[in-house]
Amino acid sequence: MRLIVLYLIGLVFGIGISISGMANPAKVLNFFDVAGTWDPSLIFVMGGALVTTFIGYRFVLKRPTPLMEGTFHLPTKTDLDARLIGGSAVFGIGWGISGFCPGGALPALGTGNLNVIAFVVSLVAGMAAARYAQDLMARAQPARA
Amino acid sequence: METAFTPFASLGGGILIGLAATLLMLVSGRVMGATGILSGAIWGPQGRDWRIALLAGMATGPLVLLALTGSFPAIEVPVSTLAMVLGGVLVGIGVTFGAGCTSGHGVCGMARLSTRSIVATLTFMLTTGITVYVVRHVLGG
Repeated sequence: MRLIVLYLIGLVFGIGISISGMANPAKVLNFFDVAGTWDPSLIFVMGGALVTTFIGYRFVLKRPTPLMEGTFHLPTKTDLDARLIGGSAVFGIGWGISGFCPGGALPALGTGNLNVIAFVVSLVAGMAAARYAQDLMARAQPARA
Repeated sequence: METAFTPFASLGGGILIGLAATLLMLVSGRVMGATGILSGAIWGPQGRDWRIALLAGMATGPLVLLALTGSFPAIEVPVSTLAMVLGGVLVGIGVTFGAGCTSGHGVCGMARLSTRSIVATLTFMLTTGITVYVVRHVLGG
């Protein structure tokens, strides 16, 4: 039952990404190309998603617990460290080169498009490499981990 | 490559993305971040089953569109396969160190008014914009 509900939530996300244009690198890159073939559509995606989530969270987070789990699992970190900023900067460079972000590419896997598959395989490889590097860093400086 | 301005489809898609994020918080108390869902589905150690169910649902999205409209969502790739691979690796490294991407930081974190997410989102929007400018107008790709 729980897995079916989660599958359906993923489906709502996947349909949203599909109709929004976030799974289309040409559209994503044009959003950032203000000096060229600018397509402002994605501001509507971000705006629609952000306002809906902002309102939805106001109601949901007033509850003592979620429906199917005992507690909310919200991120707790608050420090603005070099990893957050450096990692986000590198993510942006990759997004600007390819036109795909993870949330855009994962639903697009359903089309079987070879460019999407190439991106996602490379994405997983990059994540694996970064996890390995983080592991080495944690072992070298256990006090900071 | 020009693309058509699609404010209504994009707004509708964005609202569905926000609805999914709200439902995941309501049901499981989790943020809808594609990065965390993918890495948790692959490396666990806990909660692999529900993350895989979410990913399977996501990948079914284009098939529903195909059934309803007769065509998959457009995926136009104006860059080379090498750019896909290089971009993918950089995105993978970046989202792991940055602990999130457009959905996790840009939507869920910003909706929680998390300072970390606001800083992360401003950072990657800026570097994406600079990268697109450099690739298209300086290097002339």
